[in-house]
Amino acid sequence: MKYLMLVCVDEPFPADAKLDPEAWVTEMDARGVRLLGNRVRSASDATTVRVRDGQTLITDGPYAETKEQMGGFDIIDCVDLDEAIEVASKHPIARYGMIELRPYWTE
Amino acid sequence: MSRAVEAVYADEWGRIVATLIRLTGDWDLAEECAQEAFAQALQVWRRDGVPSRPGAWLTTTARNRALDRLRRRATESAKLREVARMAQIEPPPLGPGDGEPAIPDERLELMFTCCHPALSTDAQVALTLRTLAGLSTAEIARAFLVSEHTMGQRLFRAKNKIKNAGIPFRVPPDHLLPERTAAVLAVLYLLFNEGYSASSGADLVRGQLTGEAIRLARTLVALMPDEPEALGLLALMLLHDARSAARLDGAGDFVPLEEQDRSVWHRAEIDEGVAVLDRALRRLSPGPYQVQAAIAACHATAARAADTDWAQIALLYRQLAAWSANPVVELNRAVAVAMADGPAAGLSIVDELSESGALAGYHLLPATRADLLRRLGRTAEAAAQYRAALDLATTDTERRYLRRRLAEAGTDP
Repeated sequence: MKYLMLVCVDEPFPADAKLDPEAWVTEMDARGVRLLGNRVRSASDATTVRVRDGQTLITDGPYAETKEQMGGFDIIDCVDLDEAIEVASKHPIARYGMIELRPYWTE
Repeated sequence: MSRAVEAVYADEWGRIVATLIRLTGDWDLAEECAQEAFAQALQVWRRDGVPSRPGAWLTTTARNRALDRLRRRATESAKLREVARMAQIEPPPLGPGDGEPAIPDERLELMFTCCHPALSTDAQVALTLRTLAGLSTAEIARAFLVSEHTMGQRLFRAKNKIKNAGIPFRVPPDHLLPERTAAVLAVLYLLFNEGYSASSGADLVRGQLTGEAIRLARTLVALMPDEPEALGLLALMLLHDARSAARLDGAGDFVPLEEQDRSVWHRAEIDEGVAVLDRALRRLSPGPYQVQAAIAACHATAARAADTDWAQIALLYRQLAAWSANPVVELNRAVAVAMADGPAAGLSIVDELSESGALAGYHLLPATRADLLRRLGRTAEAAAQYRAALDLATTDTERRYLRRRLAEAGTDP
């Protein structure tokens, strides 16, 4: 099953935080679990697009103003939710922020 | 004849649903076909008599129903493989026989799946009652004081999440087992307490939950005979349940333990609880449920309130507090210490708790303090604490109890 992993943060990291996901990426790539992923720029660099009555409306910022913001994402392919939880729990950001797992929509 | 069906319902429902979920992966189909099998049993058993192995008869009937339904659906093609897979699995024989093959029991898988931490507690409880205990959606809704529609939605969403999020149907691997077992135990204990806290006759359905919780705990013990905490939980439930008839007076008011009529305690249930606890303790792997059961056993085996081994209870609470920094446990320890070493010793623990602020707003903190002050003869202070407790109490039963104490303290409420 494929899951979208939203890697999120809700407050500034402690100064000594170990955030480098390098080892995690290497391990999960080697396991064949991680299909792709990347860090993304902060919410202040986000642009939100809507089309209403044929008009394209552009706004500066994220679609929802929340304390939690996505800092990156990964697509992982796991046998079940337990494996996805294990993979997510090993991500360094899980210790400081949080990770949301969204299963792919499949019929 | 309907009595014969009823008699096997409690035991077989969960087993059949679990088997069908394993076979089809479809929770709704599993429930519907289990239901149909019981309906068919009502007719066929009346005509032909009860089969020698009612459970096997029901499982096979339900399985065949599921197979039929899937075949009909299979015209859409993709499901064909599923049907082929199911058809390959040999059904248990229906006739009497000596070498009776064991019907697969997948209720443990079902328990762990229902209690998966990715489901909300409400969903875990509802799913457990529906799929394992076989309560109807309407019954569960009544027990949890929500509308049938709300409960139906809750069950619907939970089953969808299991399917869509990929929650596995299995007993977790060893490295996950301790925490996942704790989750199953927590759901059963919550169920028990929901029923146990139901007080009046109007709460009859809620009261039934204690029986369902005990039955599920027995099932869990049978399926995980090496898990001491499952035994501990079963013992704890039995020892509490044994005292239920003495907990309320004629007016439905709560009767404190020391004033309960011990002659109406259920002796056989206490004996069983103590025996189950002994079985758990022999495994030398203590845990919070075993310790709580040991505390309950200290109470249940005291012939009179005055015979209670409070020193032992205080020690057990200390052990419990070491596992979880729960201020309520500490408050209970204060009560036990007060009984063992005198109210002043208990009061100093309560004072520390008050200063920490951990139980601010909890009516039992001033109520306990009031009891200890009263026993120290500090009547005016006791009355003030009873009044503080009255302001915080949430139920009429509690308020009546506190007013009575306040009156006994010699001042007007």
